[in-house]
Amino acid sequence: MNRKLKDKIFRFIIYISVCVVVFVFLFITIYVVYKGFSSINLDFFIRLPKPVGEKGGGMVNAIVGSFMIVCLAALFSVPLSILTGIYLSEYKNEKFANVVRSALEILSGVPSIIIGIFVYGLVVVPMKRFSLLAGSIALSIIMLPLIAKTTEEMLNMIPLSIKEAGLALGLKKWKVVFYILLNTAKPGVLTGILLSLARVFGETAPLLFTSFGNRFWHRSILEPAAALPLQIFVYAIAPYDDWNRQAWAGAFVLIVLVCILIFLSRRLILKYK
Amino acid sequence: MRKKDYSDKVFEVILKLSAAISLSIVILLVLVLIKHSFLSIKTFKLRFFINTVWDPVFEKFGALPFIYGTLLTSFLALVISVPISISIALFLSEFAERKLKEFLSVVITLLAAIPSVIYGLWGIFVLAPIMRNYVGPILQKFFGFLPFFQGNIYGLDYLSASVVLSIMITPTISSISKELFDAVPKNLKEAALALGATKYEMIKISVLKTTKVGIIAAILLGLGRAIGETMAVTMIIGNIPNISLSLFSSGATLASVIANEFAEATEDLYLSSLYYIGLVLFLVTLILNIISKFLIKHLSKTK
Repeated sequence: MNRKLKDKIFRFIIYISVCVVVFVFLFITIYVVYKGFSSINLDFFIRLPKPVGEKGGGMVNAIVGSFMIVCLAALFSVPLSILTGIYLSEYKNEKFANVVRSALEILSGVPSIIIGIFVYGLVVVPMKRFSLLAGSIALSIIMLPLIAKTTEEMLNMIPLSIKEAGLALGLKKWKVVFYILLNTAKPGVLTGILLSLARVFGETAPLLFTSFGNRFWHRSILEPAAALPLQIFVYAIAPYDDWNRQAWAGAFVLIVLVCILIFLSRRLILKYK
Repeated sequence: MRKKDYSDKVFEVILKLSAAISLSIVILLVLVLIKHSFLSIKTFKLRFFINTVWDPVFEKFGALPFIYGTLLTSFLALVISVPISISIALFLSEFAERKLKEFLSVVITLLAAIPSVIYGLWGIFVLAPIMRNYVGPILQKFFGFLPFFQGNIYGLDYLSASVVLSIMITPTISSISKELFDAVPKNLKEAALALGATKYEMIKISVLKTTKVGIIAAILLGLGRAIGETMAVTMIIGNIPNISLSLFSSGATLASVIANEFAEATEDLYLSSLYYIGLVLFLVTLILNIISKFLIKHLSKTK
């Protein structure tokens, strides 16, 4: 075949692929926004779900539930992950650090449904109940490797001279780490936290058998609780048109929240560049 | 004399303790999976993998239908996604201008960020009807003589699940490949162009050949994601334990059967068998990840 022709065909394939991906992306997002926007109403944000089969109602418990689960997960995960990240960066040549690093790498590749059944066995079975708490623990385990890794990488990027300057001033090591290093790495670490929040906010599989879902308010964190992605799942596969409508509304809210988190993280990166 | 200051010692202990807790979570994960699947492992041993019957009522549990479903959908997803992802990566690294590049990177980032349950929702209400009414009949018209395209078309089937999976793994494969292509030394590319190679020939000689190993690693990581993907597949595949050649029949995957049946598994052996499936899923994704990480490390060493 003609060489020039081959080159043309090759370019054509590449451009087609780009068009396909952009088209699919626009198709999905525009459809979700269009469907969601036409399905959403005030009731969606302020009312509890109606009994099965009845029209109307909203997902207020799921929206609040999602925020509570994610906040609690961040509360568990952020301190532990940052400290682990600091350890991995400060003691990077220790054998134990390599073991921990590999373990976290494994954890970040584990499918989220596996985290779900793990926390079911670890928390739900001994407590004999599904709970918001169990859901938070599941999400915090998903966040752990993500935040620890970013913290480690951000700290590793700081020039050694900055650290040495601090130590030369006679500062204690922990002061150098917290006041100088962590402060320098803050935008990067915050970006990592925001991205991990964006990721777990949409997670459904790890909540199926931990926080389980609830058609009413959860009265404490030891009760099963509704979450937005869970509710979308249940309403999407249900045979009621009104539930399907609300699933689209939920998807719209979820996608907006995820986009806000990603947008914030991008702003943060640009601001400090 | 000043009092001795132990704060750095305490600091070190706290750091090590945190790292130890993180490690223990991973160890616990493995232990819990093994403990809960023990009953099923003891009962079925390795026959679990070749047994084709999954019947909770009669307590017969074989994982082959789910292994088949997982392999089939992931493989199809790769077939669709790999050429597209690599094209995208090449476009980003070799063709695009800055503005277009930024736009496309945002698209890829957002595609990766869309929650799985939304892909599932879109799959049920948008993709499935398209597959049922348009794509399926067309495929059947031209390729209906093949066993893969026979039978009734429901839309909630292997093919739809594979299509959604292919969309979901495209960001993974393309972003890793893009980084590989960006890392190819400029002089390699320029040398090829200077010898009169067309862009296609340059990419074939200088870019694809030097990054071969890395591309395989990227594909394996994408495969790992496809195998572990749960919600979207659960919503689209139809959830019937089934081994059928036809891509138009409903099926189930390792991940989807857990999502779908775990809550109703009240018998010990039933629950244990689902944990056994979870253990298999864990090990498969673990091995894929280890191989791809190894390949990437190997690649950076040889450079």
